[in-house]
Amino acid sequence: MINRQLKFAEAIHEAIDICLERDRNTYLMGLGVPDPIGVFGTTRGLQEKHGKKRVFDMPVAENAMTGVALGSCLVGMRPIMTHMRLEFAMTAMDQICNQAAKWHYMFGGRSKVPLTLRMLIGRGWGQGPQHSQSLHAWFAHIPGLKVVMPSTPHDAKGLLIASIEDDNPVIFFEHRWLHNIHGPVPEGHYTVPLGQPRMVTEGDDVTIVAASYATIDAIKAARELERQGIKPEVIDLRTLVPRDDTAILASVRKTGRLVVVDQGTLTGGFAGEIVARVTEQAFGALKAAPIRVTLPDIPTPTTRALSNYYYPTPAHIVAAARRTLGLPHEDGWGGIEPADKSLDVPDKSFTGPF
Amino acid sequence: MTIISPRSLSPAGRRERAQPSPAPRDARISLYRAMLKIRRVEERIQALYPQGDMRCPTHFSIGQEAVAAGICRNLRREDYVISAHRSHAHYIGKGGELRAMFAELYGKVDGCASGKGGSMHLIDLSVNFLGCVPIVGSTIPIGVGASFGAMLQDRSAITVIFFGDAATETGVFHESVNFAAVHGLPVLFICENNLYSVNTPLDVRQPANRTIAELVRGHGIPASRHDGQLVETVDAAAADTIAHMRDSGGPALLEFITYRWLEHCGPLGDVHLGYRSQEEFDSWVERCPISLHRKLLEDDGLIDEAAHAAMDAEIAAEIDDAVAFAQKSPFPERTELSRHMFA
Repeated sequence: MINRQLKFAEAIHEAIDICLERDRNTYLMGLGVPDPIGVFGTTRGLQEKHGKKRVFDMPVAENAMTGVALGSCLVGMRPIMTHMRLEFAMTAMDQICNQAAKWHYMFGGRSKVPLTLRMLIGRGWGQGPQHSQSLHAWFAHIPGLKVVMPSTPHDAKGLLIASIEDDNPVIFFEHRWLHNIHGPVPEGHYTVPLGQPRMVTEGDDVTIVAASYATIDAIKAARELERQGIKPEVIDLRTLVPRDDTAILASVRKTGRLVVVDQGTLTGGFAGEIVARVTEQAFGALKAAPIRVTLPDIPTPTTRALSNYYYPTPAHIVAAARRTLGLPHEDGWGGIEPADKSLDVPDKSFTGPF
Repeated sequence: MTIISPRSLSPAGRRERAQPSPAPRDARISLYRAMLKIRRVEERIQALYPQGDMRCPTHFSIGQEAVAAGICRNLRREDYVISAHRSHAHYIGKGGELRAMFAELYGKVDGCASGKGGSMHLIDLSVNFLGCVPIVGSTIPIGVGASFGAMLQDRSAITVIFFGDAATETGVFHESVNFAAVHGLPVLFICENNLYSVNTPLDVRQPANRTIAELVRGHGIPASRHDGQLVETVDAAAADTIAHMRDSGGPALLEFITYRWLEHCGPLGDVHLGYRSQEEFDSWVERCPISLHRKLLEDDGLIDEAAHAAMDAEIAAEIDDAVAFAQKSPFPERTELSRHMFA
């Protein structure tokens, strides 16, 4: 039993601090890393503690700086690079996808690239089309990248330490709406191994798979389903690559029903990948067609008047689960009104402008 | 002396560096040998390539040997080199293993990248040749990062990044030079300006009224332009710059005007395509870096036909050995396909 409670952001901070402490070759860079805000608190005070040579700001040049991080790996360094928005890293796709992802393979294993790229994703307060995209499916599509998406403070710390200590490029997704959630976090160094999903709730009726913030919505939906007498099994993926599907397949073989909740858009998204894997490997166990609950194939609108209808809610997940069970359900898109018309903030503490 | 290019002179009409004083005798001969080795390796690949067993895009450096030879003579084993698609000369210049290079071109398991890279992905970490990739501009920040990593570890190695004129048109080049300048990193940027990017001439890609060296001086680092066909000019520029770099750090750029003889990618000539004239081509072949240097050495009595022939025979024997090794080397087993996915 772990009594110590930390915020997700504090868990991230602690993971970085521990890694900087343990390995002289680890360093942290990114826009705003040493500033007083410290990337939503995740890097605050680290420069004062570990020095300007190991924790530093950088030019607004994400592509080159990703290359710089990669190059430093080739001579033995272990960089952590932070992007305050995923979209900023999109200017570095050449370095991430052409170079970092392939370097170990294309040189026959001669060099390694132990590079951790933290990418912040999120939504709300009008983040809009270029400050909120969750493009995990993109990165998962590139062989050679690992993709990590924690949903709890415990996993945030353990998975981030595992990512930093991994000898490969890792894309580490942090959802802004998770930064303020609390949870039990052990003291000191520990890792959560990459590739092991987490069983959140056990149940026999329907399997719900999610990752990152979508797990929170899935848990809320599970509570509602339980009130309705339905027993869902919620599985948190934790990492998209590497990934062990054993638990998901076993669950679907038990429930016969699958709902995948994904905070990315529908077409070519990761929800489709999970559905495809299950369909290929456990088709005979399925009692109903699997359902994806995702964002629509539409850019994120800024106005909350529209984003209220853009994000799926726990009610959408409930409806999807009921549909797989052949029970009466609300009609997903267009049919479900958001309960409180405030889908652009997770709670009252979340305000803009940034 | 003329450089056959409308852009070979600075706007003021003067060369930016005086003629070098001659290097010591042994150095001058070793420069010759280095260029000859690169040329002979390339000629061998050129001869073998049509057999269809080297199945990878291959970019030849014939005509551009002086830059690699002149720069690399001034490097130590611990210094880093990284290059781009036209990299054979740099790999050989830094002392990369010849057997592993040929095996790599043949896609064999003994290749320097286990056959997974080919001509565009040569690597030899035993001489700190960090690698090369064909995405123009991509290795420039990676080289800067190697230098940055070495600085973080308090090591004094310098890093040389080879690239072409087109790379200076990419954003990442300027981002990288800026970062090297901010941190005073000992990075030597080497621009081999061969006047064309694939078949596209420089004058439709960059303005006629400024040189690449001038552009880079805007980043606040020393940058100068030189004749890339005279190996002793290259050597002297490198010696000066590198001595200063080892002494007080800080990046610099050297731009060398040179010329590619063969097609952009592949073993054939391409003058018939019409994007460059026969007259222009001939004038550059007349300025072959190896012939020009040989003439100087002959004039000074440092080399004669017999010495040249002996050197040539030695090089040929080394190449024979490397080619035989590569041809004999097995292809990777099927299990190699998924190997090296993750470290």
